[in-house]
Amino acid sequence: MSENLFFSTIELADDHLILGHRLSEWCGHAPTLEEDLSLPNLGLDLLGAATNLYSLASNLEGGKRSEDELAFGRIEKEYKNCLLVEKPNENFGHTMLKQLYFCVFMKLFWNECNSSKNKILAGISAKSQKEMVYHIRHSGEWVIRLGDGTEESHFKMTEAINELHPYTEELFYMSEVSLNCAKKNYLPDRLKIKKAWEKEIRDIFKEATLPYPSIVHFQIGGRNGIHTETMGHLISTMQYLQRTYPGQTW
Amino acid sequence: MVSLNGDLRPEEPPNLYSEVWDLVSSIPDPEVPCITIHDLGIIRALNVIKNQVMIKLTPTYSGCPAINAIELAVEEKLRENGFIPVVERVLSPPWTSDWITKEGKKKLKDYGIAPPPPVTNIEENSFFSTQSVACPKCNSSNTKKVSHFGSTACKAQYSCNSCLEPFELFKCI
Repeated sequence: MSENLFFSTIELADDHLILGHRLSEWCGHAPTLEEDLSLPNLGLDLLGAATNLYSLASNLEGGKRSEDELAFGRIEKEYKNCLLVEKPNENFGHTMLKQLYFCVFMKLFWNECNSSKNKILAGISAKSQKEMVYHIRHSGEWVIRLGDGTEESHFKMTEAINELHPYTEELFYMSEVSLNCAKKNYLPDRLKIKKAWEKEIRDIFKEATLPYPSIVHFQIGGRNGIHTETMGHLISTMQYLQRTYPGQTW
Repeated sequence: MVSLNGDLRPEEPPNLYSEVWDLVSSIPDPEVPCITIHDLGIIRALNVIKNQVMIKLTPTYSGCPAINAIELAVEEKLRENGFIPVVERVLSPPWTSDWITKEGKKKLKDYGIAPPPPVTNIEENSFFSTQSVACPKCNSSNTKKVSHFGSTACKAQYSCNSCLEPFELFKCI
């Protein structure tokens, strides 16, 4: 069982690390000073959750690899994050939408995970869930403001939806390891929260006067280690320090 | 009863637990140095057995970079005073701003940071909420939120419409 839980924890940890890294790329580039403070702070919360998850994974593996080695010492195919979180940053609205998709999912996921049979996961859930509520308030307000803003901001948000929405299906993808963990009540069944996720996103889009897309072809692959072209570039930047000076700790 | 003689040493040894408590609880928060880690409510347990001190600390936010500095400061303070520290980081139950002590909230206000309102007043997913926060300088409640995030993850930025001063709010979580 601990092997299934290890790989499922890695899926979760990788999602947080990669999205946190994407947020850190905004540092010094955000459209306003306030957002320049917001985005790295949001990234820190995600990195904090990733640290907790990698630390748990390291324990599950019997300490074979440290949390730093798990975060920065693997090759591309060993990362099991969903493709949504590795999507490169484009405009600010695009990032806010990506955050909203992910954070609404994680809030619902952690809410179910509070009753996990694994006490450490239950502890991480309770802590992270509160933070997700905060993140949703931030990104949700921006999606509404930009969707219901000017003609140009509305157009850009629609473009962002068309590009990112096909990647949301993977949030609900149940890999074999996750199925095994769900059966044993270690982790929630991702499919069970799909309806609630859609409803929350629909409600926000309605307020933002944005169309909820009907998409037939979804993009998946990350959970099996098949990533988009940009993942290699991301990893080469993210792992630079660890590859150059091996054994650094965070 | 502890009386002091010439060289400022207590005549009889004070209670060991209270000595350790005084040492640890007075350590300032590195990011908001006006309050101590006790004021912040992050000391979750303290146990003293002979010269070994077991202490449990909890981070305010998952990604709070101050927790590492705080753990180091606690270890250093205890070692300096001849104790062997065993610091454990605990996540559960999760920290809430309600754990900030009354004294801590007062110190925050005096320092110019609006203390967090009680958590029960916050509604989930309340977009564009206009929760009123009193200005820590002039006490006016005619204030506006500038940004959800300030210089640290635990603070939001506000400005006062009455005295026109910008200020930070210690966020409610």
